[in-house]
Formats: sequence, C-alpha cells, structure tokens
Amino acid sequence: MTKLLVIAEHDGEVLNPSTARTLACARALEPEALDVAVFASEGEDIAAAAARLQGVSRVLLINHPANQHPLACVLAPQVVSLAAGYSHIFAPGTTFGRDFLPRVAALLGVPQITDIMTVRDPFTFDRPIYAGNAVTTVKAPEGKVVATVRPASFKPVEEMPQAAPVEAMHLDVQIPEHTRFEKLHSEKGDRPDLQSARIVVSGGRGVGGKEDFERIFRLADRLGAAVGASRAAVDAGVVPNELQVGQTGKIIAPEVYIAFGISGAIQHLAGIKDAGTIVAVNTDPDAPIFEVADLGLVADWKEVVEAMEKAVDEA
Amino acid sequence: MKILVAIKRVVDYNVRIQIKPDGSGVMLEGVKMSINPFDEIALEEAIRLKEKGLAESITVVTVAGKQAEEQLRQALAMGADHALRVDTDQDLQPINIARVLEAIVKREAPDLILMGKQAIDDDCSQTPQMLAGLLDWPQATFVSKLELADGWVRVSREVDAGLEELSVRLPAIISADLRLNEPRYVKLPDIMKARRKPIDILTLDDLSVAMAPQLEIVKTEPPPPRKPGRKLASIEELITELKQMGVLS
Repeated sequence: MTKLLVIAEHDGEVLNPSTARTLACARALEPEALDVAVFASEGEDIAAAAARLQGVSRVLLINHPANQHPLACVLAPQVVSLAAGYSHIFAPGTTFGRDFLPRVAALLGVPQITDIMTVRDPFTFDRPIYAGNAVTTVKAPEGKVVATVRPASFKPVEEMPQAAPVEAMHLDVQIPEHTRFEKLHSEKGDRPDLQSARIVVSGGRGVGGKEDFERIFRLADRLGAAVGASRAAVDAGVVPNELQVGQTGKIIAPEVYIAFGISGAIQHLAGIKDAGTIVAVNTDPDAPIFEVADLGLVADWKEVVEAMEKAVDEA
Repeated sequence: MKILVAIKRVVDYNVRIQIKPDGSGVMLEGVKMSINPFDEIALEEAIRLKEKGLAESITVVTVAGKQAEEQLRQALAMGADHALRVDTDQDLQPINIARVLEAIVKREAPDLILMGKQAIDDDCSQTPQMLAGLLDWPQATFVSKLELADGWVRVSREVDAGLEELSVRLPAIISADLRLNEPRYVKLPDIMKARRKPIDILTLDDLSVAMAPQLEIVKTEPPPPRKPGRKLASIEELITELKQMGVLS
C-alpha cells in the first residue's frame, strides 16, 4: 500500500506553489492515500486551499503557536509522530523542505532522497547530482521512503471544485526551546514569485550596478515577469540573495527565461535547465550561456531592453 | 569553546565531470580533488572565531579512505588544530555519515559544529540536519552570517523568501552557505607546518556505529540534452521571436 504524506509549504497566509508541484510528483506513485499536513499557527485558509488540490485525500491541520514559523527542530518531531501511517513522506525541495526533512529521516533511521526529478516506481527515482551535470537513479531500501521533490521537474496539480476533508489534529510532542525565530527580511514586493512565474527576466554582472538593475525590474514589471539574478550579481551586492538562480540558489522552470549580461557559469545553468525557452543576451559571443540558450543574441542588453519596452508600448 | 568541522573530499569545483559509459558513476581517476567548497567556508568561519578569541580549538574530521588525508592536511594548513579521519572505503551516504559523526561528537564533545550546507558531488544537503536530529541539537542551515553571544548563536539564513534570522543555543550545528565568508589562501610555511601535525585515525569498529540501510545507486547518466539553440542576427529578430512567445503582449 502506497500511503503518502506531503508536508505543505506556506508563508503563514498562502500555500506556496511548491506544494502543488510536490503533489504532482506524489500522484505519479498512484498512491492509495495522499494526505497533506499543514503545520501553522492559524492555518485554516491554507488547509482549505490544500484540500482543493487534485489528488488530495485528506488534509491534516496542525495548528500550534510554535508552528508560526517553520523551524526544523519543531517540525521534525511532529512529522515523525505522524509517520506511522505512511509509506512515503515527501516535502518540496525548497529551503523549507531541505531544512527539516533530513532531520525527519534521521529520526526515522532511513536515508533521504534529495530532489526527485522523475518517478520510475514507488521506490525508484531519478535525481540530479553534480549541479545537474549527471542524473542518478536511486532505489530506496525497505522501509519508509523520505524524499524532497525538485519543484522545477513537476507541473503543479490543478485546483478542483470539490475539496477533500480537513481534519484538525493535536500532536503530543515536546517542542524544543533551543531555537528562536527572530525575523525574516524579504524584499519581495508585488512581483510574481521566481519559482512559479511564467516569465523570468534575469541579470548578471554584465548588467552593472543597482541603478542599471532597476531597468531590469522595470522591464519585468511591464512583462508581468519575476526577476532573477546570477550569483555574481548577488555577491556584488546589487540584488538580494533571494533572487539568485542556480545550484545554490533557486532552481526554476519558467516558460521563458531571459538572461541579460549573464555569462553562464555551470552553477547558474544548473538552475535554469528546465526552462521552456532560454533567451540569452550578452556582448561576449563566447559566453557559455549561449551553449544552452535556445535563442542567443550578441548585443548590448540596454538596447534590447529598450526595444522590448517599445514593443510592449506598441502592443 | 571547541569547534568541530566536518569536511568531505570531492571532485574540485572547476573540473568538468565525465560520466562512465557503463553508467556506474562519475570518473574519479586522475581527477583533481579538493575540500568541498562549502566545508572550506565552514572551516574558515571556525578559524575566524578562533582568531577573535571566541574558540579555543578546532578539530576537523572526515569519514573516508586514506586519500582524504590530503584534504585534512589542507585543513590543518588553513588553521585547524587537530585532524581526525574515520577510516572507511565504503561509499557511506549522509544518514550513515551522520551516525558516524554522532559517535565522534560523543567522544570530542564540541560546543559548535560547522559544516558545508551541501557537498557539490551528490548535492544531498542532508548530513548537518541529520546529525542535529540524532543529537537533538538545534540546527541552522544555509547560514550567511553568525554572531556568538552568551551561549547563543544568532544567524542569518539564506532562505527562498529572503534572509531569516534565528537564535540557536549552544551546542548547535550550523551549515555554511556561500556568502558566509571567503576562505583564505594557504601560505607555503603553513603547509610545511601542517605536515608535522598528527592525523588521528579511527575505524568504524572503534566507534561501534550501527549502519542504516542505504539507497541503492542503480545507475548514473548524463542529463537529457536540450535541443540545440540558434543565434539571432539582430534585435528586431529577437523582438519578433518574443512576440511569438507572447512575452511582449
């Protein structure tokens, strides 16, 4: 019996799209039961949203003041206390899932699979290694399968008109006091989320400084696109870390990825391989990004941005 | 305060890896190996804490065969005080590395454990969290800044939403992200001095660790190729393409 538990990711108000992508992976196992656990302080709306996602059999809502911010040491014992009824426990392969799920696996005494890309059977999965330069097929041993799912590899499941039942639960576990949440700095405004946007406009060191990057932001706003950046741009302090795309930043899969002034280091390319169409604009004709770009143009990024803005005006 | 830094020997980040044609893995023969870059950042942070007078000693540990002594020597040259190698030729996965490290922690009793947020070979990003779970210690992963005060560590973590600040009480485990620091270059005299520092060797039997079942590695292949792209001749051509994709409407 394949009975699957997916741990939902959310920001305290809305469900993160990574949850619907993780569910898509979970559904590929054709499970007999597919439950979603929502750990929150007041998670009623989040649970209701999760209950409408395709394939969900039941939503478990665990409201507790300690669940206001996701802390690995707080989440892990709660997930372990739910584990008994499940053959598989999945979480999104975002910084949320990557933080707490290995802790769960250790407490359960099982290995963890990081970043499922493909489901071969309920115990066998493909995952990327070496920054996506190789793909390895792994088979889990007997026992519970604990895995994070690479969100970029799966299209989110749809919302359904009918909702699965939501069950409020109380878990009797010790909440540790050795970890305190202090605060979260987030510069995300009204722009679309980098990991779920249809279009991503991205800039690298070739773009220049903060003022130059403002033009990338303005263009993105006009296109309804999210903004990404290379590690070089983040390291230079031009944009905040949450915009970084790549092996150690975000792995994204937009329909269209437009890279301005990004040379294309291996670790950056690891983050964009699943994009539908990669468009690269760079003044250096030998930039490695042209090796993976579907459409490449050797040009000054500013002239391209200008032409794009003009075209939007005329549209 | 005692700091333990765990390191892994991996293919150097500048190497373009080759996958064996029989699908059995990645070519390691004759390939340049280094300390996993994130572990090097963790070690650098430990050394800086010691230089500030906040730590007395740094022990660096690896779980690997004899070749990994090259990386331990490098760590000693950077500024670690002691090195420890748990000898094994098995390809141990994070769950078992965490179990071995748990045994080391019980022997060494460190107050702070620093390690990289992931190894750049298997990209698992699991061992620090697993070790924290086994020890029931606080964890702070993906850390780009840390400050010690009154038995607590205040950290900034690089999370998808931005920068998260946490306080964790010692003893604690911290995994290092890229922007925590830039590791120093090792000077020749330090390399010479490090040659005289001893490396202690323990066996898995010494530690009597019970091993967990591991994932079976079925095969390793190149990623599916992307279809070849094309170079456009002009901005106008690009605008036409973007219009067709519905980007400019």
